[in-house]
Amino acid sequence: MRDFSYFRASSLDAARQAAALPGTMLLAGGTTLIDLAKCGVAEPDTLVDITHLKGLDRIDVNERGATIGALAKMGHIADHADIKSRFPAISEALWQAASAQIRNMATIGGNLMQRTRCPYFRGPANFSACNKREPGSGCSAIGGVTRGHAVLGTSEACIAMYPGDLATALVAFDATVHLGERKLLVDDFFLLPGSTPDREHAIEPGEMITSIEIPSSAAAHRSTYLKIRDRQSYEFAAASAAVGIEFEADGRTIRDLRVALGGVATKPWRARAVEEALKGKVLEPETVRAASRLAVEGAVDHGANHYKIELAPRVVARAILKLGETA
Amino acid sequence: MTVHIASTVHVGRHGDASDGALAEAVGGRLSRVDGPAKITGAARYAVEQQLEGLAYAVLVESTIASGKVRAIDTKAAGAAPGVLKVLTPDTIISLKGASDWFGTPPLHKTYCPLARDITFSGQHVAAVVADTFEQAVAAAALLKVSYDETPAIVDLSDGKAGDGIPIDAMTKEWGDAPAAFASAPVRICAAYNTPREYQAPMEPHGLIARWEGDHLTVWEPSQWLDGMARTYAEWFDIPFENVRLVSPYIGGGFGSKALALSHGAVAASAAKMLGRPVRLVMTRPQTFTGYGGRAATRQTVTIGAGHDGVIQSIVHRGVNETSMDGMWVEPLGSVTSIMYATPNFSSKQNVVRVNSVVPGAMRAPGENPSAFGIESAIDELAYEVGIDPLEIRLRNYAEQDPHAKKAWSTRQLREAFAAGAERFGWARRTPQPRSMRDGNQLIGWGVAAGTYPVRRAYGEAIVRILADGSVEVESSSIDMGQGTYTILAQTAAETVGVPADNVVVKLGDSRFPRAGVTGGSRLAGVMTGAVYKAATSALDQLVGLAISDQRSPFHALQANTLVVANGRIASPRGDGPDISIAELLKSVGRDHIEATGDTMPANSTAEDRYKNYTTIAMSVPHTEGDFSRHSWCAHFIEVRVDEDFGTVRVSRVVSALDSGRLYNPKLAESQWKGGIIMGIGQALLEEGIMDRRHGRIVNNNLADYLVPTNADIPDIEVISVGIPDLHSSVLGGKGVGELAIVGVAPAIANAVFHATGKRIRDLPITLEKLI
Repeated sequence: MRDFSYFRASSLDAARQAAALPGTMLLAGGTTLIDLAKCGVAEPDTLVDITHLKGLDRIDVNERGATIGALAKMGHIADHADIKSRFPAISEALWQAASAQIRNMATIGGNLMQRTRCPYFRGPANFSACNKREPGSGCSAIGGVTRGHAVLGTSEACIAMYPGDLATALVAFDATVHLGERKLLVDDFFLLPGSTPDREHAIEPGEMITSIEIPSSAAAHRSTYLKIRDRQSYEFAAASAAVGIEFEADGRTIRDLRVALGGVATKPWRARAVEEALKGKVLEPETVRAASRLAVEGAVDHGANHYKIELAPRVVARAILKLGETA
Repeated sequence: MTVHIASTVHVGRHGDASDGALAEAVGGRLSRVDGPAKITGAARYAVEQQLEGLAYAVLVESTIASGKVRAIDTKAAGAAPGVLKVLTPDTIISLKGASDWFGTPPLHKTYCPLARDITFSGQHVAAVVADTFEQAVAAAALLKVSYDETPAIVDLSDGKAGDGIPIDAMTKEWGDAPAAFASAPVRICAAYNTPREYQAPMEPHGLIARWEGDHLTVWEPSQWLDGMARTYAEWFDIPFENVRLVSPYIGGGFGSKALALSHGAVAASAAKMLGRPVRLVMTRPQTFTGYGGRAATRQTVTIGAGHDGVIQSIVHRGVNETSMDGMWVEPLGSVTSIMYATPNFSSKQNVVRVNSVVPGAMRAPGENPSAFGIESAIDELAYEVGIDPLEIRLRNYAEQDPHAKKAWSTRQLREAFAAGAERFGWARRTPQPRSMRDGNQLIGWGVAAGTYPVRRAYGEAIVRILADGSVEVESSSIDMGQGTYTILAQTAAETVGVPADNVVVKLGDSRFPRAGVTGGSRLAGVMTGAVYKAATSALDQLVGLAISDQRSPFHALQANTLVVANGRIASPRGDGPDISIAELLKSVGRDHIEATGDTMPANSTAEDRYKNYTTIAMSVPHTEGDFSRHSWCAHFIEVRVDEDFGTVRVSRVVSALDSGRLYNPKLAESQWKGGIIMGIGQALLEEGIMDRRHGRIVNNNLADYLVPTNADIPDIEVISVGIPDLHSSVLGGKGVGELAIVGVAPAIANAVFHATGKRIRDLPITLEKLI
């Protein structure tokens, strides 16, 4: 059998030092890593178990924002009263993700490191070409089964979709990810595939996600996550939208708007063109629908995923209008 | 319109046998007797047996769909830690060809379960056996298989597929259907397609095989112990009696676990070669190619009718896929030919060879896709002539079997339509498509009927009355969740006269009295009949002893008969003693009474019996004699379709079903609901998605092959409208398990049309088809 070393980290520094070595991966909830190991994609030499590190599962919410430790469980965050009241889109993105069993195991740090569901990426035994797995080997997905692949942010090297829900909401509300001392916007943490689809995150060897910080905003307070999917539960998004609105005092004119898309792009996708088009406008269905079309500017389909280009703007428009109804 | 909230489940009392019955008697709502063991984890499934010296086998599959294995480099795998054996076509022992499930002798004298000639992607080409499962998995990944690839025919729509092979036995014709169609005032013609679907049982296929001399024991989930034992015996050229199959519990079969398959041959060969017991369990992806799911189908249905909606002609053409070297016919004209009265009819079917594993049985094979065609087409006709979809079904009601020209044994379909429509509120439906909505949700109501033939065979059982007054039943039949343990306990309890919890039912061991296949909804009818006969015989012995044995306290009574109830025995008049069965047996010095009962025809030979239990050749046609025997159902379904997103959600189901007498309504309702849920999956979610470049199904796991979750399923109301049908079985039941899925997909497609005005003729109905 394929042996690997298992190391239980006793401190953050020990974890980071161990993780700096080639062939080493961090183990938290294990819901992604063990799955990837089973299908032959992840073959670590060393696993560094960080689940025993103290203090990394805290959820602190105050008027400035929320700070969530990397080991906080998806389920705990989704159910947290202050997250639900101040960041409803974050809670909704989480409870609509995965299954109850997975949410009880999976950590928020691991959630950000979740990898694509592309069947070609996940099928090394049958599909040898995958630039994400083996740089330069080609892309089996292009020309193959593409119903679940991205229409935004793709490259000639890779069209794999980013499947997560939480990060879509994080990107909408300018959340930052803390890698120890270094911190960067979640939007910058996720990388476009370009010619290096194997590199998905702006994280360096020896770095480890320690927490996520979501600044408070009026838009985050009035927010929602709308997820459209083939199956009603335990299913990735066909298209989703994290949306937040702040109205002027009249309750109808949009002062601030945040829009991010899931299920359609190679990374969590901030739709700034929609935001800019609607800021200062009165919320009217026709205006919202027209502006929402901007969400898929530049989209390229690969046949079976064409529907996403139709669907995504409708999801954005519905989410914006739904928030308007509660004004 | 108002939005209807599904009400709590009401159980029908329309003449089914549950009226007034005690829970423990036949017809009572006894809970599953195997439930506690399964819920607590105490139930030990076949491959969970703990055996000394167990070795682990892992299969290696072809990565091409067509061609030849050029070479297999086993060097690295053979040298890997813990590896005991690398099996390839060159190193595995040679087996004999086995006859098929009809008992037809094999085409080839020898059989090799590992392939040199590749006819589908995912075919077993090699296996690795090691001391641990992990070692076997790691070593299997080291095998290097090289191929000479040839172009594949990947599916029915492949340009190279052609028209296929006509299956003359499927042709059904009367009148002059093409001429009558040509002259009909109203004509509709449409094509309906169903994709490859998979049984996806929770428990994957697998087995443990152990040899002791020339005796083979196989622990394997099985819908047919004696049929599989026969195949193993023939492969290994040993007497049937030398094979023991053990299958105490089955974690879902849905048709996929009735036959011994190539992975079983690999494991049993490995065990023989190593002299050690070997366990082999398929990975989830392997379950998509290790055996066949439901074949993809294509049908065209043309209906000629009058302006009054009365059908004058049906012309039906069907095609299903099969493999390059196996034959599977999915009978697509089975419902088409009997559901509606028509003076002119023609149905023909072809089978097309593609590079696939041979398709197999999956819940209501034939009837299920057949109903999708005809029950969609008659809905299209209803809109064409402007008649309510329920009314048009009644106008074309078949008063007798239109094909066999025989009376129905029982057909409570009119009652099913009436009961379902009433509970559903069908009369409040507005006829125009897109006429019912709730905000962004378009609401549609659809109806469709379903049917399944009553398949009959013979069974045998042993019933023992033990010294403590308890009763023991033995049969090699099985319980895959449908409730065999429970209904046989009820049958024995009622027949002998003891409480059901004093009955122990033992199933799932081929050493017990034999049983045919658990498939086609035949087992309950077969086995309640056999247990009834055996239990009656045991009771007769008991009463006979009580009356005639000089040591019996009843001896002096000189009674003609005695009454046994609730485990006690007494005289009918209430005079004389009233003692427990245990006390009686003690008084007459017996430690048990045993009776074997079977329902085989008198004068059956040993050969007849062997054939009956190990093949399906002795199955009794459902149109035997003067009657045509079928179960029937009508589904009324509400869908909500988001007009922007195209997502379809089923929000209400009312189904009325005629399965004859119900041996246990609680379990029958559960099976019906399971079938309806599976039908919802078929209608909206399930599809094997093919990479056409490789001829490979890429969604071969339960994250990507979608089956319904609880969130996809609304409250489902089922109503029994059956009446006892003694032409169908000894105790009056008809089939339950296969029936309820039939008609669900067309009812949903019809509801989607009513909601949206879009007719979807290709399953599943996914959102991109509606936006």
